[in-house]
Amino acid sequence: MKILVPVKRVVDFNVKIRVKSDNSGVDLANVKMSVNPFDEIAIEEAVRLKESGKATEIIAVSIGPEKAQEQLRTAMAIGADRGILVQTDDEVEPLAVAKILKALVDKESPDLVIMGKQAIDDDSNQTGQMLAALLGWAQGTFASKLEIADGSVKVTREIDGGLETLALKTPAIITTDLRLNEPRYAKLPDIMKAKKKELETMSSGDLGVDTAKRLETLKVAEPAQRSGGIIVASVDELIDKLKNEAKVIS
Amino acid sequence: MSILVLAEHDNTGLKSSTLNTITAAKEIDGDVHVLVCGSGCDSVAQAASKVDGVSKVLKCDAPEHEHPLAENIAPVIVDLAPNYSHILAPATTFGKNIMPRAAALLDTQQISEIIAVDAPDTFQRPIYAGNAIATVKSSDAIKLITVRGTTFDAANAEGGSASIEDVSGKGDSGLSSFDSAELSKSERPELTAAKIVVSGGRGVGSAENFAIIEKLADKLGAAVGASRAAVDAGYVPNDYQVGQTGKVVAPDLYIAIGISGAIQHLAGMKDSKVIVAINKDEEAPIFSVADYGLVADLFDAVPELEGKL
Repeated sequence: MKILVPVKRVVDFNVKIRVKSDNSGVDLANVKMSVNPFDEIAIEEAVRLKESGKATEIIAVSIGPEKAQEQLRTAMAIGADRGILVQTDDEVEPLAVAKILKALVDKESPDLVIMGKQAIDDDSNQTGQMLAALLGWAQGTFASKLEIADGSVKVTREIDGGLETLALKTPAIITTDLRLNEPRYAKLPDIMKAKKKELETMSSGDLGVDTAKRLETLKVAEPAQRSGGIIVASVDELIDKLKNEAKVIS
Repeated sequence: MSILVLAEHDNTGLKSSTLNTITAAKEIDGDVHVLVCGSGCDSVAQAASKVDGVSKVLKCDAPEHEHPLAENIAPVIVDLAPNYSHILAPATTFGKNIMPRAAALLDTQQISEIIAVDAPDTFQRPIYAGNAIATVKSSDAIKLITVRGTTFDAANAEGGSASIEDVSGKGDSGLSSFDSAELSKSERPELTAAKIVVSGGRGVGSAENFAIIEKLADKLGAAVGASRAAVDAGYVPNDYQVGQTGKVVAPDLYIAIGISGAIQHLAGMKDSKVIVAINKDEEAPIFSVADYGLVADLFDAVPELEGKL
């Protein structure tokens, strides 16, 4: 079984981002970049499937600037066998990302695509579902557990009311939620080995995909800030404030 | 201009998220229709027809819609899409799963989780876990949108008298099937619709200790939430999680207990009207968003609070 894992280069989740003063976007200069955390979970899951003998090859794919090679090397250090970078300096929207990924799926014919449920920069939560639609494949979104069988996969999903398990025909798209696994830290020898793995670079034009934007960002602004509150000295004072000042309990 | 709202329901009644989404549709301005895809879902269609501001209900009652599978519902949306300028769904796990599939089939770039309608083609949505708000303008002919429920009031469930029209299903895709579900059963209010939410974090220490959070919640008639850390540690099930990747809540009162206040958690609750934080670490970031902070050991303060209310 061949698995394709898309990885996105995003601002590290620990960075407190700053909105540019001209409201044109978020300041990304000299900010630490990492693999989108949900994509890291996707790589880990693929590597575990390979380690358990269920998968034979893992291909990591990224769509982004030249520097997204770093994230592909990270994916290969965790255990992906090779990488493909679709290089672009433009912002690519989820629909266009899904179209690029479809072109790669057509080329590589994986049995499973495992990807993050959302990227922590634009928080769209769309690409996996869109890719499934374009391919006419089943989708198992927000996965917290996978069980692979012959020709099908059982996926347990985190839904608002609890957990739901679906049976999907393969090939299929899986998008990962937080509790699917805990990604490993790549060890130094694996990081060294990853540098020697094959990394192919191409452009979206090579794949014949139109990436023209459909959404125009008019403005990016800071959210309304909460004004600082007060520290109360006791439970009694807290109850008094909630009853008489905030009037949220009676 | 007509707007279609995809209803979230359980085949017996409408979920409250549908009512918030209908309000967003009314703000865009146009005829609001509601699509109910279900199986034996007549009571849902009836309920939707009574919602204030809804002019037509489309009922797609078919066996393949017993469980809301994206592979079966998306084609129904695609079929109806030419009649609409906008198609909306709640930004819950239900809507987030289905809408992008329909959007891709329609070659449309979806707009996720809007928090405001600026114009029929211009919307505000949070990015970077709510640390920035983007205003985006869509050039697509049909706009597919998911709606964050907490920023739109629930439409009045009474007062409407819409007609109900049957639409036929597209059959079972054969791609996916429902296997089983483990749904949390609770007498407490729904987390995203509750007036008061009491949440516990890693500081609570264990699943057993979570009983003190639940006791306080029950005293207040509140819903129970949790931070990611508490869910990851196995104190409570995943559906309790409040945050960027869990649920977004905005109750009148949010009480955060033993929660440090990671950005990811704040993203899910900082629009609450009044925030109370109880934490023994006075440096905890949660205090920077709290209206009332109490620096105390939660194992003393919470039972005392519960006893005195």
